[in-house]
Amino acid sequence: MSAYLLRRLAYALPILLGVNLLTFALFFMVNTPDDMARLHLGVKRVTPEAIENWKAARGYDKPLFLNVQASGSGVLTDTIFFEKSLAMFAFEFGQADDGRDIGNEIRTRMWPSLAIALPTFVIGLLVNISVALILVFFRHSYVEWTGVVLAVAMMSISGLFYIIAGQYLFAKVWALAPISGYQDGFNAARFVWLPVLVGVVGGLGAGARWYRTLFLEEAGKDYVRTARAKGLSEARVLFRHILKNGMVPILTGAVAVFPLLFMGSLILESFFGIPGLGSYTIDAINAQDFAIVRAMVFLGAVLYILGLILTDLSYTLVDPRVRLK
Amino acid sequence: MKGLKVRDLQVEIRSGERRLVPVDGVGFEVAANECVALLGESGCGKSLTALALMRLLPEGADIAQGTAELDGIDMLALPEREMRRVRGGRLAMIFQEPMTSLNPVLTIGQQIEEALTAHGDASQPGIKHQARELMTAVGLPPERLAAYPFQLSGGQRQRALIAMMLAGDPEVLIADEPTTALDVTVQAQILALLKQLQQQRGMGLLLITHDLDVARDMADRVAVMYAGQIVEWASRETLYQSPFHPYTQRLFQVLPAISRRGQRLAQIPGNVPGPEVRLEGCRFSGRCLRVMDRCRQETPAWRQLSPDHGVRCHLADGVDPMAAPVAAPAPSETSASPSAGEGAAKATGPVLALQGLAVHFPVRTGLLRRTTDVVKAVDGVDLEVHQGETVALVGESGCGKTTLARAALRLLEPTSGRLELLGRDIRQLEGEALRRQRAAMQIVFQDPFSSLNPRMRVGEILEEGMRALRPELSGQQRAAGLARLLEQVGLPQDVVGRYPHEFSGGQRQRIAIARALAVGPALMVLDEPTSALDVSVQAQILNLLADLQRQQGLAYLFITHNLSVVGYLAHRVAVMYRGRLVETGPAAELLTRPGHPYTRLLLGSVPGRGLPETPASVPGGQAAAPGGGCAFAPRCPQMRRECLEEQPALRELAPGRQAACLFPLV
Repeated sequence: MSAYLLRRLAYALPILLGVNLLTFALFFMVNTPDDMARLHLGVKRVTPEAIENWKAARGYDKPLFLNVQASGSGVLTDTIFFEKSLAMFAFEFGQADDGRDIGNEIRTRMWPSLAIALPTFVIGLLVNISVALILVFFRHSYVEWTGVVLAVAMMSISGLFYIIAGQYLFAKVWALAPISGYQDGFNAARFVWLPVLVGVVGGLGAGARWYRTLFLEEAGKDYVRTARAKGLSEARVLFRHILKNGMVPILTGAVAVFPLLFMGSLILESFFGIPGLGSYTIDAINAQDFAIVRAMVFLGAVLYILGLILTDLSYTLVDPRVRLK
Repeated sequence: MKGLKVRDLQVEIRSGERRLVPVDGVGFEVAANECVALLGESGCGKSLTALALMRLLPEGADIAQGTAELDGIDMLALPEREMRRVRGGRLAMIFQEPMTSLNPVLTIGQQIEEALTAHGDASQPGIKHQARELMTAVGLPPERLAAYPFQLSGGQRQRALIAMMLAGDPEVLIADEPTTALDVTVQAQILALLKQLQQQRGMGLLLITHDLDVARDMADRVAVMYAGQIVEWASRETLYQSPFHPYTQRLFQVLPAISRRGQRLAQIPGNVPGPEVRLEGCRFSGRCLRVMDRCRQETPAWRQLSPDHGVRCHLADGVDPMAAPVAAPAPSETSASPSAGEGAAKATGPVLALQGLAVHFPVRTGLLRRTTDVVKAVDGVDLEVHQGETVALVGESGCGKTTLARAALRLLEPTSGRLELLGRDIRQLEGEALRRQRAAMQIVFQDPFSSLNPRMRVGEILEEGMRALRPELSGQQRAAGLARLLEQVGLPQDVVGRYPHEFSGGQRQRIAIARALAVGPALMVLDEPTSALDVSVQAQILNLLADLQRQQGLAYLFITHNLSVVGYLAHRVAVMYRGRLVETGPAAELLTRPGHPYTRLLLGSVPGRGLPETPASVPGGQAAAPGGGCAFAPRCPQMRRECLEEQPALRELAPGRQAACLFPLV
């Protein structure tokens, strides 16, 4: 098991290096530091000195990969690639264009993100599984038919609609929650419940339909027929046999995205004014702040790899056939 | 009456306007302490009949009419809640696929206890005790209660499934092809166990099978099913001595056996009709050799020939029910001799020659994926196949016979050894040279449903090989070759434009054989070519293979677990155990007087000669031998101390016969 983990972690390094190189190529070679400076300073009437100053202030005035003027190891280390890209492996993300420390920002913004994403994820999972089980239990009846039609309708509606409709009804018409905003501590609940509700409802159609398919696939297997042949009740067949096996792909799929919850939700956070990492990323993209975008892409890659390793580990817990070597 | 009484059972499948009736008016009875076999080929409705009795029909299929009384109570009329108490209680069922019939994430113990709680009110400690008793009853060590299904072998899983179904102490147990997925040695053990349980518990056993020999060993009475109906119903003695229905008679004649060597097998023309085929009159009339005009118009009624013998056939009309049974089956046709004689031509050198061929798979573990162990799937095999000769490679699943065949064709890279085809060392060939050599060596796979590309027309499938390996042929020559091939394998010329899914299993296997023949091979590897087919179709394919060999002098390496087919078709036999050959020799001698205890075990497990007195207690599976002794020693009834110390090599027993045993039987 530990050998397996070590090997997986070793495999992660080249992947992260690749992510690093690709984002570096995108943000520094395709889009040179000169372009960045012009973007920020304005294209017209900008002096070459202003550009040089802007670059020097942010450390973008160095060569990309090789600094031939430097001495000793500085040839490699005194470069943009080493300082801006490789430093991310030590989780040093440097400064945003407005001068604030990105790492610090991530650490404070992570919590509001989690406050939304974690309940949405957990409640969403439970609701989706419950609805899917109800649909499977009442299969070949109007309950299932209606449920599936509703699910298809719900997944066909844009996610933005749920946000706007939720804000209009709950915040404006019924005044049950603030339209947007966030406060730390216990007050957070007041701001959090509406986005969570919107998130759960928005994901219900696709989620329930997908889980229903998984359960139905299990329901057609031979061991389910064996369970029925033993004379078990339909509810027992459903919960003890179908649910237990159907949960294998559901749980492992959920574990894969679990670490990504830290990254928050791009759209929900922007619309509800939650100062989390999702809105941070959206704002950075709008402001063309590549330092932040690069940091978030790298963080996303790290968390995704972590999710995949956790998936493999979770398999060993839910499926006795799987042993990691 | 105690037991199960089924009357006029009809199962229908409705889809839109169409209504199919795969089970149409089936009636039979299973008395207490009696085994009844429901015998039939695939698609005849025997499994649906069983599922209908359990009221576990798949979605879309429904019981249209009929009754099934268990002790006078009609189970088909019970409300679902009460039926649930019957299911797994008084009426239980075991299934064909032990690999998939158990829940993979629950332990055996959990699955047995669950059945016990559903049908008893025992307290928890009592249940644990009962579960252990059930395990003992089916011949499993009680410690295995803690095991998960994937930790058990196929035979052990089937035993565990039987234990679960005994939990409710059933009056009637339905066994749906319980041993079809198992090795012949394991099959013999499971059948003996079922018979023993049936007799000890006074249970009725309804055995559903396609295998005449299994039915002969097990059943007291037999119902023969064809196209959704029971066509003959008789006690075992009556049925096997004087079958009346032309279908039953033909079923006996199409079976390959060592006694039919050199004869052409009788065939039933055509295929088993599916339920979608509408049949007028007698359902067998289209394939019946004794068909009369009225058979095509008038559905035959059920006729009782004697109190224990009923039949659904117009031929029974003129028969006095009390008269002597109708004459024994007509002798099989001897129009042509299929085999190229006992001694195949050996004038030229061998077509295929293997010397010390080995295929080892590395087992990698640890952080650096170092090779810590090797699986010796094939471990030093010497074998020759000559022109016009059929060499059968037999052994249990997992013994390495398929690996050996693939390595011989270089579809898999051998680890060591020599590999010669027509005198040419093909282990050294690479790339283009190897590709061109493939024209001489072809393979026919077991499952014709997955071995043909479903997106290609039959013509394209057949021509593809010719284009690749015989580029010298012009388009016209290819078309002519194609026409000749189709004629050889007995397919009409218009099949070229059609897709594989339009054909039945037997026809697909003909296409697969034609595909292999298209490039003019000298050697054909036949990997279980008939085991996915019905017996009536198997006879057609075996006859075809024999004809082709006679006409073209092909060399066959025939991989199979079916020893009857071996006895019928093969010239020489090679028996394989754990990657090594343990015995080789001429088929007739080897199968009648085996030299190796393993060969004898295999032969003794073949159904149709009565069950062994005591269920064989030899461990199943192929556990490794401790130390460096004989690999078979742990299972060998003749094992002596020396066997654990010395690994025997193949030694000559008689001219042409070899066995790897320190104490050979002959």
